[in-house]
Amino acid sequence: MTNEALQYLIGDWFPEPEAVKLQFSTEGPQFLNVSIDPDQLLVLMRFLKNTPETDFDYLFCLTGVDWGKELGVIYHLESTTHRHILVVRVTTPDRETPTLDTVSDLWRTAEFHEREVFDFFGIRFNGHPNMKRLFLTEDYVGYPLRKDFSDEVNMIVK
Amino acid sequence: METATVNTNFKSEEYFINMGPQHPATHGVLRLLLTIDGEVIKKVEPDLGYIHRSIEKMCERNSYQQIIHLTDRLDYLSSHINNEAVCLAVENALGVEIPERAKVVRTIIGELTRIASHCLWWGVLGMDVGALTTYFYGFRDREMINDIFEETCGARLTMNYSLPGGLMFDIHPNFISRVKAFITHFRSKLPEYDTLLTNNVIFQKRTKGVGVLSKEAAISYGASGPVGRASGYSCDVRKHHPYSALNKVTFKEILKTEGDTFARYQVRIEEMWESLSIIEQLIDNIPEGNFQVATDAVIKLPKGEFYQKVETARGELGVFIISTGTKNPYRLKFRSPGLSNLSLLNHIAVGGKVGDLVASMATLDLVIPDIDR
Repeated sequence: MTNEALQYLIGDWFPEPEAVKLQFSTEGPQFLNVSIDPDQLLVLMRFLKNTPETDFDYLFCLTGVDWGKELGVIYHLESTTHRHILVVRVTTPDRETPTLDTVSDLWRTAEFHEREVFDFFGIRFNGHPNMKRLFLTEDYVGYPLRKDFSDEVNMIVK
Repeated sequence: METATVNTNFKSEEYFINMGPQHPATHGVLRLLLTIDGEVIKKVEPDLGYIHRSIEKMCERNSYQQIIHLTDRLDYLSSHINNEAVCLAVENALGVEIPERAKVVRTIIGELTRIASHCLWWGVLGMDVGALTTYFYGFRDREMINDIFEETCGARLTMNYSLPGGLMFDIHPNFISRVKAFITHFRSKLPEYDTLLTNNVIFQKRTKGVGVLSKEAAISYGASGPVGRASGYSCDVRKHHPYSALNKVTFKEILKTEGDTFARYQVRIEEMWESLSIIEQLIDNIPEGNFQVATDAVIKLPKGEFYQKVETARGELGVFIISTGTKNPYRLKFRSPGLSNLSLLNHIAVGGKVGDLVASMATLDLVIPDIDR
């Protein structure tokens, strides 16, 4: 499916794009980008996974990002039958207790990758079966990949 | 904390044991918390992070040229292909077209890296299931490749041969003849691998029907490389998203349908034959000319997001760069094959025996720094 066709199809699922903050962007040199309100993330993801025309069955990358004011996650999806690629982005302005819905029931690979995001960015995922740190120890304080993280002892500050 | 989580699903006849971090199958620093009933595995929970090095944080603070030198520490058995991934991402972002010579040499070295990695995997797999001889045979062949690397770029393990814009140096004058000598040697030695292990009845009994992974589960868990292909999942990045000179060669994607430990073993063995054939197609036709193009001393990527995937010896490695237009990445994420392949260990191990786990884990071909971040 081409990017335009994908864009039309996804647009059809959400009749009121402003209400769910649905936005498309093809500015990036590579893939079609979709950003969505965190509340609607699961709705969109279920559609993308379960609709035969899209059939995004392969989540090949899940990246946590600290955008400064907002924290967010970028999902790279590919369909192994149609071979098209889509990037879904979701952000949350809450830096104190950021939470997003888990997609680990749709793609099992998200189980570890969401734990990684929690470990480094502190985003909790609702409904995740085992929400704890992946690489760092349980008693580690702070989330090292956040831009405002600092560690006076171990970090060389430029 | 750990004990408390395990105890929640704990029945009186079950107990748990720690496997690793010293067990040879875990290659040093991976600890598995096994919940077992007798000899039957009920749950596997990997405990990672023993060598956590914050590589992504380091990447955010370094220039693109410096990042290349960090990436080969990730999957040190596929170091050249890791370097290539970041180089390709940077080159694509800059819109730099590198000389044909560099593309072909990169591909040849990449396939040699794959063979070297598989040789080591094969040797260690034998050792994991109790056959020490394979270890020496695997290392004997790998040594020849390492010698070629050493002559060409001065390093045996952490290559740093690629750089944005091409290659660090031109190939050594002996390179072509030594690679050809290796191909002849390895073609005669690969059948030995079959004699020693593949056709061994004990080995087959320990691996056939063990640790079965279905195609659906493979895709859902993000399995890639030989692990995914053993389950019938066509996931070879070299086929679907060819890079460097891979669109110039013909080769077969090895697919199996069984999805068991033995299939994962077979895929890697057959893949070595394919890699040999790829090298043979390229080695006589290395184009003349430059091996690099000049890039700025300080590389600044344009604003945007860039994703590049390559096929390492373990599977799909993705490099995701978010650039704000400065000389270092705003965020750099490595999507490594190891982490996804490890995440399916619990799925394939439950219901099996502890001894089976050692064999299945060996065919996942884990490299711990590739799992860590």
